[in-house]
Amino acid sequence: MTTGRIKKVAGPLVVATGLPAAQMYELVRVGELGLVGEIIEMRGSEASIQVYEETQGLAPGQPVEPTGQPLSVELGPGLLASVYDGMQRPLAALRDAAGAFLSRGLSSPGLSREALWDFKPSVGVGAWVNAGSIIGTVREHEVFEHRIMVPPGLSGTIASITGGWHHVDDVVATLQSRDGSVHELTLLQRWPVRTARPYRERKLATEPLITGTRVIDSFFPLLKGGVACIPGPFGAGKTVTQHQIAKWANAQVVIFIGCGERGNEMTDVLREFPELTDPATGRPLLQRTVLIANTSNMPVAAREASVYTGITIAEYFRDMGYEVVLQADSTSRWAEAMREISGRLEEMPGEEGYPAYLGSRLAAFYERAGVVQCLSTEYPDPSTREAAARAAALKTPGADAYCDCRTGSVSVVGSVSPPGGDLSEPVVQNTLRVVKVFWALQDTLAFQRHFPAIDWIGSYSLYLDRLEPWWAEHVAGDYRQLRDRAAGILAREQELTEIVRLVGMDALSPAEQASMDCARMIREDFLQQNAFRDDDQFSSLTKQACLLRLILDFHDRILAALDAGAELADFDGLAVRDALARAKYLADDDSTAFSDLAAAIAAAVPLNETDGAHTPPIDARTETAQVGEGV
Amino acid sequence: MEIREVVGSLLLVQADATVAYDELVEIELPDGRRSFGTVLEVDESAVLVQVFQGTGGVRPDATGVRFLGRGLELGVTPDLLGRVFDGLGRPRDGGPEPVARAWKSIHGEAINPIARDFPDDFIQTGISAIDGCNPLVRGQKLPLFSEAGLPHNELAAQIARQASVLERSDDPTQAGAAERGDFAVVFAAIGVTFEDASFFIDEFRSTSAIERSALFLNLADDPATERFATPRMALTAAEYLAYELGMHVLVIYTDMTYYCEALREISASRKEVPGRRGYPGYLYTDLASLYERAGRIEGCEGSITQIPILTMPDGDKTHPIPDLTGYITEGQIILTRELFSKGIVPPIDILPSLSRLKQKGIGAGKTREDHAQVSDQLFGAYAAGLQARELAVVLGEAALSADDRAYLQFAAEFESRFISQGRREERSVTQTLDLGWELLKLVPRASLKRSQDAYSERYGDF
Repeated sequence: MTTGRIKKVAGPLVVATGLPAAQMYELVRVGELGLVGEIIEMRGSEASIQVYEETQGLAPGQPVEPTGQPLSVELGPGLLASVYDGMQRPLAALRDAAGAFLSRGLSSPGLSREALWDFKPSVGVGAWVNAGSIIGTVREHEVFEHRIMVPPGLSGTIASITGGWHHVDDVVATLQSRDGSVHELTLLQRWPVRTARPYRERKLATEPLITGTRVIDSFFPLLKGGVACIPGPFGAGKTVTQHQIAKWANAQVVIFIGCGERGNEMTDVLREFPELTDPATGRPLLQRTVLIANTSNMPVAAREASVYTGITIAEYFRDMGYEVVLQADSTSRWAEAMREISGRLEEMPGEEGYPAYLGSRLAAFYERAGVVQCLSTEYPDPSTREAAARAAALKTPGADAYCDCRTGSVSVVGSVSPPGGDLSEPVVQNTLRVVKVFWALQDTLAFQRHFPAIDWIGSYSLYLDRLEPWWAEHVAGDYRQLRDRAAGILAREQELTEIVRLVGMDALSPAEQASMDCARMIREDFLQQNAFRDDDQFSSLTKQACLLRLILDFHDRILAALDAGAELADFDGLAVRDALARAKYLADDDSTAFSDLAAAIAAAVPLNETDGAHTPPIDARTETAQVGEGV
Repeated sequence: MEIREVVGSLLLVQADATVAYDELVEIELPDGRRSFGTVLEVDESAVLVQVFQGTGGVRPDATGVRFLGRGLELGVTPDLLGRVFDGLGRPRDGGPEPVARAWKSIHGEAINPIARDFPDDFIQTGISAIDGCNPLVRGQKLPLFSEAGLPHNELAAQIARQASVLERSDDPTQAGAAERGDFAVVFAAIGVTFEDASFFIDEFRSTSAIERSALFLNLADDPATERFATPRMALTAAEYLAYELGMHVLVIYTDMTYYCEALREISASRKEVPGRRGYPGYLYTDLASLYERAGRIEGCEGSITQIPILTMPDGDKTHPIPDLTGYITEGQIILTRELFSKGIVPPIDILPSLSRLKQKGIGAGKTREDHAQVSDQLFGAYAAGLQARELAVVLGEAALSADDRAYLQFAAEFESRFISQGRREERSVTQTLDLGWELLKLVPRASLKRSQDAYSERYGDF
């Protein structure tokens, strides 16, 4: 390929000429140091290049080396437990090469070329494979099954395949296309980050992403393949919430993107993640995590790319049939990077200086989340008998060794950091337009030591209706009703608080006072959850339903008693209140304790009529809707 | 070299030789004065130069332009200490140019996030409102958010004077002895008045801290475009002292508002698309490139702690400068006029102030085991006190409940005895915590539920 040369340098923007074969978004190496850049504009023979590193010292006439490829990531064994920068350079390798500071022009492949992996083929010579077909597996960190797939765009029959120890770039199999050409397959494949990886079919998400955090799971649930947004005001405990999701969510792979974060905080994440243990396997959580760290003082273009790098890696694991959770912290920093680059390109600005395409870029990013039926083996010619038999077998999962009609999902939790906490600014507004779940972290709640500080009034989840059948089937038939009633009581509390502030508690009717009392119990005994207490940090959905039912049952009984002429004061200081407050620390499967508590409540506040009308606290159909099926 | 155009502080120069982006330019005016500039943009035939001292006196046909083949650099040496420089790193104290051991680009390089060491060494500032409630740790960047007319300079000078670290203590009930260690102060004045700058110089002289200090001064009447370089000069010096000489460096720069305004001026003269309030869209990245130079590096003895001072226009925290700063720094210390007008010095507004790294730097071994509890208690009690005060304004003090009256008294005493302290008074962290317990006795006992009882008995003598 011909080497071009620099014509003009203005900040991170370089104009080059002499690149006849240049394509839009192609990666180039700029100047004598070989700085990484990306072509973002072409006019006639001139290409504008966004350079990903500091451009000091670049001068007209210096070389520009084309690579013929867009900005891509390397996908293959060795991704897990890695810490990358926004361009998928492993930070540890950079440190070993250049010391504590990131000097310019460093490069290092995303996947180690030295590491050896034990490849176990799962198809034989002569087998038909196409894009997405799994040809074998590799064990990462002993427990994770890394499935080696045929890269998109290829199909044919396996001409050779070799198991055993291989480097990521060794040829492990060859594939003969129908046109006779032979392609080499390695453990590694590349994919351009700005293009979504293909799948067979997008599906509607219907299953919850269970996090064990009660306010999330019961009040504002997220679906596997869904998208959520979390604003992070100072000191509201965003990091803890993110860690909890990473730790407990029923997903097999976690991708964490630190985009424009503080260096010291990123260090905290990098130090704490290795210490977190995966509750499902007891192994370090890092072994199923990929971290992407691009702090605020690292080059702005790499910050812009980091989000795409992360989601592409997430899609790769999704394509293997895994459930992936991606956390992007923060998308506001990402949007600012876009704004900065757009400003340098002298594009006409939209709202608050952000580029006019801010909304569409944000939407396109979040749209890469979702549940998909992955690409997998499809037989080419259904008219042949063998193929017909196999095609029929495909429809019966498990009937054919080749059949892997697998689904995978990417759930995205994007945090936003609006300037001045102003939720009306463009990044938040454009994000809210696409996300279905909003967890409004409030610093005022954090000051009151209400954790997790997710505001029950300002938050929402639009997945409730879609989740209702799943809840009814897997948790309890009345779960949705319980949740809605509790949410209603909390909303009513807010109205009543206004009145109390103006005219005092005495102005409320006894029933209203009881409702305030119930709201307090929901807040303190249900919503508040201690992430650092072993017996409180995770609640199964069954336990969440039980807790809600107990609190509401207690409230109903008090209301009934008030109707029958009792005084509210009669129910102060009941021993059963303490027991209720401690109920959240009961073990998930301790159904006796929950039934005992239900009985204690019934005894403390008896109903006048026969006591059989109430649903027993433990649903007969109780199945533990537990975390992760494991990997 | 032929000057083709002069517009504002920009020169468009016809260049024959190869000129690199961000190269330093020396300009010789017809009257013999010399001025510097940097290359903003190069293409094959022309170079756009930003002149620091302005273009007054430039005659296109009689002005010499020389490209120096390097960017803005600072010659680093241990002899930087004890000296006063101008905003571009030239001696301002009449002394000779120090002999550089190495020349460093003032832009520095980003620290690899995995090479960072987490900051968790408590810095004892001797100021109760900081040590007790919003502690500073080595490697942190903690700005002072102030307003015009508040004593932020005095506070910064007091911190510089008193800052020390505590030895590790094996006894959770005892804080270790204070030691200053191998420390240095790097001070950058950005666009402040001569008086403000001389306050700091005198302050450092009078405590003989000047020998451990390097000062970079760009005063209000110095060219605004030089302000871009001043904090970078200071930080380059700090990085050398910290990471090559292993010193613990405290960098104080004042006033970030002027820095940002200079940046806006430069951006406007470049005709860039403005962002919020006319500040350039890259303000966040630019500020990050300064603030993020704080920290510690694994395997390196030294550290850089930053205390940038910024005056919020009309106390507005949502103004782009404090707002973006808050998103990069690890918390903020906020000064308020309300306390200052009551005569409380330093007038630190405890509740909205925040130190995001405090949890890791306090507690048994580092300070004292009860530190976090005292801090939480004081926060809670003071918040309740301020609520009671609001209530008292509406209802009158007589109408308050006994509890509220107790909180009201606590708030008053907390302000006058805990927050307020003399400019020369240095309180050890033990004194601060003990004072905290003493004040907490004013609060209704039952409301001290956040604290562990053992601590209130051991330290509070309840």
